[in-house]
Amino acid sequence: MTVQDNQWITVGILDDIPRQGARRVITNTKTIAVFRTSQDAVYALEDRCPFKNGPLSAGIVHGTTVSCPLTNWVISLETGEAQGADVGKTGVFPVKVEGGCISLCLEEKQLQTA
Amino acid sequence: MLTLSRVKMPRHNDVADLHIFALFESAATALHVTFSKGQGCGAEFMKHLVSQRAKAKMGHGYMTQKLKLVVVGNGMAPGRMLEHLFDAGDAYDVTIFNAEPRVNYDRIMLSPVLSGEKSFDDIIIHDDAWYKDNGITLHMGAKVSKIDREAKTVTSENGITESYDKLVLATGSDPFIIPCPGHDLDGVLAYRDLDDTNAMRDAAGKGGSAVVIGGGLLGLEAAAGLNILGMDVTVLHLMPTLMERQLDTAAGYLLEKELESRGIDIRCKSNTKQIIGADGKVSGVELDDGTLIKCDIVVMAVGIRPNVQLAKDAGLEVNRGIVTTNGMQTSDPDILSVGECVEVGGMVYGLVAPLYQMAKVAASHLTGPSDAAFVHTETPTKLKVTGCDLYSVGDFAEGDDREDIVLRDAKSGTYKRVIIQDNKIIGAVLYGAVDDGGWYNEMLKSGEDISEMRDTLIFGQAFQGGGAVDPLAMVANMSDDAEICGCNGITKGTIVSKINAMGLTTLAEVRAHTKASASCGTCTGLVENVMALTLGDDFKLPDVETMCGCTTHDHGTVRRMIKAKELKTIPAVMQELEWSTPEGCAKCRPALNYYLVADWPGEYVDDQQSRFINERVHANIQKDGTYSVVPRMFGGITTPNELRAIADVADKFAIPTVKVTGGQRIDLLGVKKDDLIPVWKDLNDAGMVSGAAYAKGLRTVKTCVGSDWCRFGTQDSTGLGIKLERLLWGAWSPAKLKLAVSGCPRNCSESTCKDIGIVCVDSGYEILYGGAAGLHIQGTTKLGNVETEEEVLEYCGALTQYYRETGFYLERIYKWADRLGYDHVKSVIYDDAEQRKAYYERFLFSQTFAQVDPWAERVQGAQAHEFSPLADISSLEAAE
Ligand SMILES: Cc1cc2nc3c(=O)[nH]c(=O)nc-3n(C[C@H](O)[C@H](O)[C@H](O)COP(=O)(O)OP(=O)(O)OC[C@H]3O[C@@H](n4cnc5c(N)ncnc54)[C@H](O)[C@@H]3O)c2cc1C
Ligand code: SF4
Ligand code: SF4
Ligand code: FES
Repeated sequence: MTVQDNQWITVGILDDIPRQGARRVITNTKTIAVFRTSQDAVYALEDRCPFKNGPLSAGIVHGTTVSCPLTNWVISLETGEAQGADVGKTGVFPVKVEGGCISLCLEEKQLQTA
Repeated sequence: MLTLSRVKMPRHNDVADLHIFALFESAATALHVTFSKGQGCGAEFMKHLVSQRAKAKMGHGYMTQKLKLVVVGNGMAPGRMLEHLFDAGDAYDVTIFNAEPRVNYDRIMLSPVLSGEKSFDDIIIHDDAWYKDNGITLHMGAKVSKIDREAKTVTSENGITESYDKLVLATGSDPFIIPCPGHDLDGVLAYRDLDDTNAMRDAAGKGGSAVVIGGGLLGLEAAAGLNILGMDVTVLHLMPTLMERQLDTAAGYLLEKELESRGIDIRCKSNTKQIIGADGKVSGVELDDGTLIKCDIVVMAVGIRPNVQLAKDAGLEVNRGIVTTNGMQTSDPDILSVGECVEVGGMVYGLVAPLYQMAKVAASHLTGPSDAAFVHTETPTKLKVTGCDLYSVGDFAEGDDREDIVLRDAKSGTYKRVIIQDNKIIGAVLYGAVDDGGWYNEMLKSGEDISEMRDTLIFGQAFQGGGAVDPLAMVANMSDDAEICGCNGITKGTIVSKINAMGLTTLAEVRAHTKASASCGTCTGLVENVMALTLGDDFKLPDVETMCGCTTHDHGTVRRMIKAKELKTIPAVMQELEWSTPEGCAKCRPALNYYLVADWPGEYVDDQQSRFINERVHANIQKDGTYSVVPRMFGGITTPNELRAIADVADKFAIPTVKVTGGQRIDLLGVKKDDLIPVWKDLNDAGMVSGAAYAKGLRTVKTCVGSDWCRFGTQDSTGLGIKLERLLWGAWSPAKLKLAVSGCPRNCSESTCKDIGIVCVDSGYEILYGGAAGLHIQGTTKLGNVETEEEVLEYCGALTQYYRETGFYLERIYKWADRLGYDHVKSVIYDDAEQRKAYYERFLFSQTFAQVDPWAERVQGAQAHEFSPLADISSLEAAE
């Protein structure tokens, strides 16, 4: 089976992710971190801090931000951008929750197949 | 013949110049002294001095002895006087008598101690070292009961007699207790000193309810503190509105509303008829109108009375207070007086600003001839209850020749009133928005004509320039004469010039050198702004480091408040301590989680999402995102079977690096996250548990082979190391904890640079702690010697628990001990068997919840989400 970049893929249910936590989704080329906030909002970022590539899925989630476990850079879950004085951005992926199911869109061009 | 016409003699309006006395004293026995002025009494005074000194120095031929200054009372006023005195030189040998059994502390700050925001140590003004450094003899818990002015001696109730050349009375004041029936029941407290504060804290610890009699500054601070501590509080106030002497009715009303919204029951126009008791203990209060209020304690805060008995008994002139000249001299020229006990210019005072002025004047007269004189100034009042900002200064009674300008904002609950007479400000009352208080006070003092800005005056200083309300701009606009710190009378100009002259960069330094913000602390923000303006980019913000940007509290405050308010979850801490972010950050959350784990064992549920990844997955994340795994080897001892299992695991999971660590363990580096659980399972199956090499907690106990194998060994160091590690493993602590046991002083396991180190000796064991061998290197300090292994375990357990309960998150034990003082730690853990046992018991209790192998739990399925991906969709995308 193949998948379009704009196609929604179901990756799990909301309860699979702890509040203020994250889980990884492994794709062919990268790992995506799917976050769940204390308010049950869900976000997806490439699991790679723009600074030293730290796995953001292993960071501490506060509000709609996550602190990188390696360097404590604070990354916005909404925009993927580093907060405060730091400059950098990691990829953001569309994600939605419907009926408790989380689905993800892989928008990276190179993932596209015929 | 020596003629001293310059010397003003006592009883002629000024204090004698003691320096000059000291000077010619050396020759006094040989010289004739005549005076052109003040012959009578002066000559007598001289004769006394001369004969006394002559006795003391027979045979010396040269004077080295200093004059004797005795101070009665060790409060804030004489403390400040002595600072000025020592700044000027060391003319005196000083002896202090203090009825309170302790050093000089900031009485103003008792309210934060009551509420738990500060500890007693935080409010000490002069520590033991200060008295030692200045050669002061301090008799603590010694109340002076007699002054013999003839013999020039004072005698205390406990039988100490000291003679003086100069005496300073600083007996302060006593809280007034209404002599109503029941006032002597157990549970009726005053609010004046640390003992009162501790008694209130103890009572609050048992819950229940409190009645505070008196709705003035002290009563309301007591009420707010007891309310924070969880008591049901009722305030009884005789007058129609609160703090009527400092606030007008409108501001009093706003204050009442605010306090009531916190659940404090305020009853104005209430007169206490009697205090009711059962079995000699307070059980309630009855009002004039028959109302009965049940309570467990009564705090009387209805006013203070200058403490004049001693002076009266000595025949000094006493009115409401001890009467002094504006040079602080009593009716006896050798006796001065400072503080709340003084009546000067017909006034007595109850705020520190005027008392500090007295202290300065007195010191100046003690050091030489001086025309320093005390002058009355209006002191603003501020209430130190968080969230109730009020400021009041001057006269605010209504009158025909007076004009009021009032600004109210019901929505924000602010109220400002400025009282004007003859185009000058004579008073101001501010509630809710108090930033302009200092500005109004400045104009009040200078008597500036305000007709030009009358229309905009009430909007405050920032408005005058038309600019936005920027606190920094406001401070920039202030004149050099503007008073920044009311308690200490420090102006902006003084702070700026000290900063520049002495190169001060931190708040602590500015405090130390100018005293600004060193008393009640309400002016700290202003002082910081002055620093920011003066230093520009060089300004380093607070020396009291806040935990992180989410809070204004430091670690110490947060730890105390968690206990005081019994906060047992992270959201509760954030709510109660007014965190400025909804969920904290990666700095404060792990710290709070640790504090709650340490403070509420068995009750608090560890919040995994507030732990760093290493502690969440019980392995150390490496720079490439893989993990390292270290199995525990108690005391550094392993077996062939364990080694075989480790080798098998390394092969099976293709672990790239196997390394021996500095702590005598084996480290498997480069384990993939998804392999963690199966790796642990194999190690568990071989009998190994997590080595916690990732934890802010016990890491390793390193040992040497000791008496088992080594010819120098004095004790079984390996066996003891294993026992210690079995006792301590699993305990979370503020930072990592590494131990070592060496079998003899040759110290092969490097005990002397560990967090806790044991060195075995013939007679037993030496316990050391506070070493460091990382970025910072420092040798250990000795806690003490013990004889048996059981004692080693008890002392180390207690020490660890003390550190766990009082350390700041990420603070290694050496930093903690540096902060608390090694002597202090020793006095708690080594010298005091009772405290040690209590800490040890709490440690053992906490361990019953902590000693669970996290690997086994996770192999069983706990926290499974941490270790496997949510989904692997790589196969979905493969086709091309
Ligand atoms: C809870 C509280 C809050 C306050 N808040 C403020 C505030 O916000 N702003 C402000 O300006 N002021 C405030 N004050 C008032 C301020 O603390 C006092 O004005 C000041 O501490 C008085 O200093 P003192 O040296 O005159 O007397 P004290 O500090 O009272 O010292 C007198 C000492 O002398 C001892 N003594 C008495 N008789 C003898 C004797 N015969 N022999 C030996 N020792 C004796 C007493 O035990 C006592 O320790 C507050 C006071 C309290 C209690
Ligand atoms: S510390 Fe002493 S007992 Fe231990 S190995 Fe070294 S020499 Fe031997
Ligand atoms: S010494 Fe430095 S490089 Fe080596 S393990 Fe420690 S932190 Fe890493
Ligand atoms: S105003 Fe109280 S310390 Fe400055």
